[in-house]
Amino acid sequence: MSDYKLVGKDFTPPDVIGKITGKAKFAEDFRVDGMVFARVYTSPMAHGRVTNIDTSAAEAMAGVVGILTAEDVPEVEAPNGAILTNSPAYIGDPIVAVAAVDEKTAENALAAIKVDMEPLPFVTDPLDSLIEGGPAAREEGNVFARSREGSGFRTVNWTKEQIDEFRAGKEPTGEFVSEWSYGDLEKGFADAKVIIEEPFVTIGYAHMSMEPRTAMAYWQNGTCYVHGSAQSHTFWIPGLARLLGVETKDVVLISENTGGGFGSKIGAYPLAALPGYFSRKIGRPVQLRVNREQEYYMGSARVGFQGWLKMGFGEDGKATAADLFIVEDIGSNATGGDASSAGGAISMVYDPDAMRFRGLPVLTNTTPRGAQRGPGQNQMAAVMGPFMDKAAKALELDPLAVRKINATNNDTTVNASQGPVTSAYLQEALEKGAEMFDWENRRNQPKKNGSKVRGLGIGQGYHSAGATGFDGLVRITPDGKLHIHTGVGNLGTFSYASTSRAAAEVLKCDWENCVIQNGHSERHLPWNSYQAGSVSTFTHTRTNYVAAMDALRKMKLIAADTMGGDPDDYDIDGQRVFRIDNIPQGMSYGAIAARAIQLGGEYSGQTYPEDINEITQRSVQNLAGSGLVGVAKDNLPQEGTIPGLACAFVEIELDLETGKYDILDYVGIADCGTVLFPAGVAQQMKGGAVWGMGMASLERHVYDPQNGLPANVAYHQCGIPSYLDVPSVIRTDAVEFADPQNPFGARGIGEPAMGCSVAALTSAISDALDGHMFGRTPVSADMIVNHVTGRDQSFLPQQTNNF
Amino acid sequence: MNPQLSRRRFIKAVIASSVAAASSTGFHSALAQDRPRGAVERLISLNINGQTRRVDVAPQETLAHTLRYKLSLTGTKLGCNRGECGACTVLIDGVTHYSCSTLTHSVRTRAVQSVEGLQAADGTLHPVQQAFIDELAPQCGFCTPGQVMTAVALLNDNPTPTREEARQAMAGNLCRCGAYEHHLNGVMRASGQGS
Repeated sequence: MSDYKLVGKDFTPPDVIGKITGKAKFAEDFRVDGMVFARVYTSPMAHGRVTNIDTSAAEAMAGVVGILTAEDVPEVEAPNGAILTNSPAYIGDPIVAVAAVDEKTAENALAAIKVDMEPLPFVTDPLDSLIEGGPAAREEGNVFARSREGSGFRTVNWTKEQIDEFRAGKEPTGEFVSEWSYGDLEKGFADAKVIIEEPFVTIGYAHMSMEPRTAMAYWQNGTCYVHGSAQSHTFWIPGLARLLGVETKDVVLISENTGGGFGSKIGAYPLAALPGYFSRKIGRPVQLRVNREQEYYMGSARVGFQGWLKMGFGEDGKATAADLFIVEDIGSNATGGDASSAGGAISMVYDPDAMRFRGLPVLTNTTPRGAQRGPGQNQMAAVMGPFMDKAAKALELDPLAVRKINATNNDTTVNASQGPVTSAYLQEALEKGAEMFDWENRRNQPKKNGSKVRGLGIGQGYHSAGATGFDGLVRITPDGKLHIHTGVGNLGTFSYASTSRAAAEVLKCDWENCVIQNGHSERHLPWNSYQAGSVSTFTHTRTNYVAAMDALRKMKLIAADTMGGDPDDYDIDGQRVFRIDNIPQGMSYGAIAARAIQLGGEYSGQTYPEDINEITQRSVQNLAGSGLVGVAKDNLPQEGTIPGLACAFVEIELDLETGKYDILDYVGIADCGTVLFPAGVAQQMKGGAVWGMGMASLERHVYDPQNGLPANVAYHQCGIPSYLDVPSVIRTDAVEFADPQNPFGARGIGEPAMGCSVAALTSAISDALDGHMFGRTPVSADMIVNHVTGRDQSFLPQQTNNF
Repeated sequence: MNPQLSRRRFIKAVIASSVAAASSTGFHSALAQDRPRGAVERLISLNINGQTRRVDVAPQETLAHTLRYKLSLTGTKLGCNRGECGACTVLIDGVTHYSCSTLTHSVRTRAVQSVEGLQAADGTLHPVQQAFIDELAPQCGFCTPGQVMTAVALLNDNPTPTREEARQAMAGNLCRCGAYEHHLNGVMRASGQGS
């Protein structure tokens, strides 16, 4: 990798300058002539039916420009989220919108709208819905299962005895709707020397991106221009077009900077289309600025778990069997898959010989849920930290040894299919981390000092980290510059820029001679993946590689055509295409580009491969004739799961009198193949560590079960970590073993960076308390004090969305 | 409960507290002039980034609103608009303030500096800005202007803070990306103490 010119080297992504000067524009920073402001009336009930809306008083108010109701937007089949609804399923569900000359007028108009509603039963804890006679969050049923065979509502009830047994920590015997398994589970448990069985709860919580989901839209000659807060870019276009009821060619998305997403803005969400509908109706540009409180109501949140896990371990610590049951709190709008992904994470990180997963996704009248950084994998990581310690203690083994013997490696097989991985070096990562952390010595230090007690923890994190089949598009213009067109979104990971460098690497260009074209559909972007699931690095180094290789092929063809000989007689140096056996003979990149324009055809984008996406096709058509165009779909071979992996070591000092703890040291090690952008990987590892610290002890939803009211609709109520909650130094590094299925050996890391942190923290808390397992996140200070003083906790076993 | 109503109640509370907390100079001197009792002069002069700006300001308008929507200084961000996150941090007479919780009328006689006022006329970046680039301090960048302004105020007051002093001083600025360590590295580098 030392041979690379750009890969593995630090650089300043171009958007950084705008971010530190304040010039970077986010969705809310745009204003256009004639723009009006929308505000949304949201449901005051956790579940209800709108029977009448009287907007007459609002419409008569000076400055009010228009009203938008559910009748003006497409009806959406429950439980999917609608732009506006007459069947709200959570407090904050949008019902009616007003557009006015300013926000104050729009707010006053909202107060003048009379909405009559009929209340319906509601529920905020899945177990309260499952129990016989319990309320259902939707009239259609209390469970929504998604599967390849078909998705749909179900009504599932457990007996009181079944609920009580689950609360008592016993294996759930109630109905479930999804299941997968591999291996001989009975044999696995029979082979075990030690069997650990524990119930657990992980409470969901909001994404809390710093930028609320603002959108502004206007129409010009049948095209809808949307300024949105988008995590991905071209991946948004089909969904946005579908929401707006237009073709993909009729949508222009402008989103150069997005103030965080973390899974909550992966694809186009319904509110992003509201200004488009409103603008079409009233004929003026409309901006919808979502405030922080509304972002908590109708933004997005992590799925909660109420589960039970039983695992068997052999004498050497090898996992022989795992049996996992998860009741998922999927909120009102039913995302899916967190629980199954949690099972997949166990199969990946702990590699049991046999495994069974059973899942039951239950609807609640709480904020819509969506993928959140490591959806499923990271909830499971929180559980697994102390769980593995308990196994190690029972086996009288070092907790590190139990992790290492099970750690993901090149021979690990995963999921129900027991398929292979592309490459994995979690054992090496654990070894590197243990050395940096000085695990052996720290294990032998005294633990207690007065009321302060030290705890050590180890954590591991995983998320699949790559996708294939997307397109790459590059262009060399007659001025000799390389334009890298990327549809990768810019949510703050800099992957749009770091993956662009793959194209520059292939074409040996100086980075100063490259221009990234991104963030605006009219910059002619290729069809690229979602910026989620830690996929961008693997996926778009590949797309930029294939596009650059296509450009290189064309450059050599043009050189041979112009100067004679075969294409293979030529090579490049970043500025010229030259004859290998006569280096002075050559053409500059600019001259090659000019010649490509003269030749036309595939050289300058008049023709293009048939297998590229229609969005890429249109971009190539728009660029045709402006330079030498390299364009291709990523058809490179790919087999098996592409794992992003990480581990962490942490030491805390916990005060038994207050229940609070300080993090004394944190070491995080990434296994993400070749490090593409060192400072970027460090940012992800440290930011992920902070997220894990938040999940371990601070962040959660709290709902009033009597009225369905969310109790936390502000940062301080939700426990977002601040400078003072995290250490001021977080140490990170990476084991760099190139992945064989990426041209540069790179895999993603964003989500495992959090999983390893939360696991290490819950492990360390347990260690400080002599191995006590709370089986719950967040572990709050009052829970610790209650435990230390022998008092009951303030919640029922397995209760969720509570203090 | 109607969340909208709750929201308005909160705004009223913020306004009340901001008025109480603000220097009496700007707000109350306006009241003293010859106009109907309770009215406030709307067309006022503000000292923003060393320039005098004439602007029409409503009585209840926050400084963040004026900067962003009247003066197009959109580098000041609104993350929460309720005094929690610090993305709207500006300097008023050199001291950090949440501009979302500061009434514009309360700063009439004071010097306001936003992130746009840090760069020199020739484009040279402020040392904090340069250090934030060198340390790759931002991720999503939404909180960054506020982080930069707090760092500038800290170093104006204490040119060589310890890392712990920097951590305490920066604690009023949230960052959901969790880029705290990189921000602190930026502060320490800007102070000439390395990262």
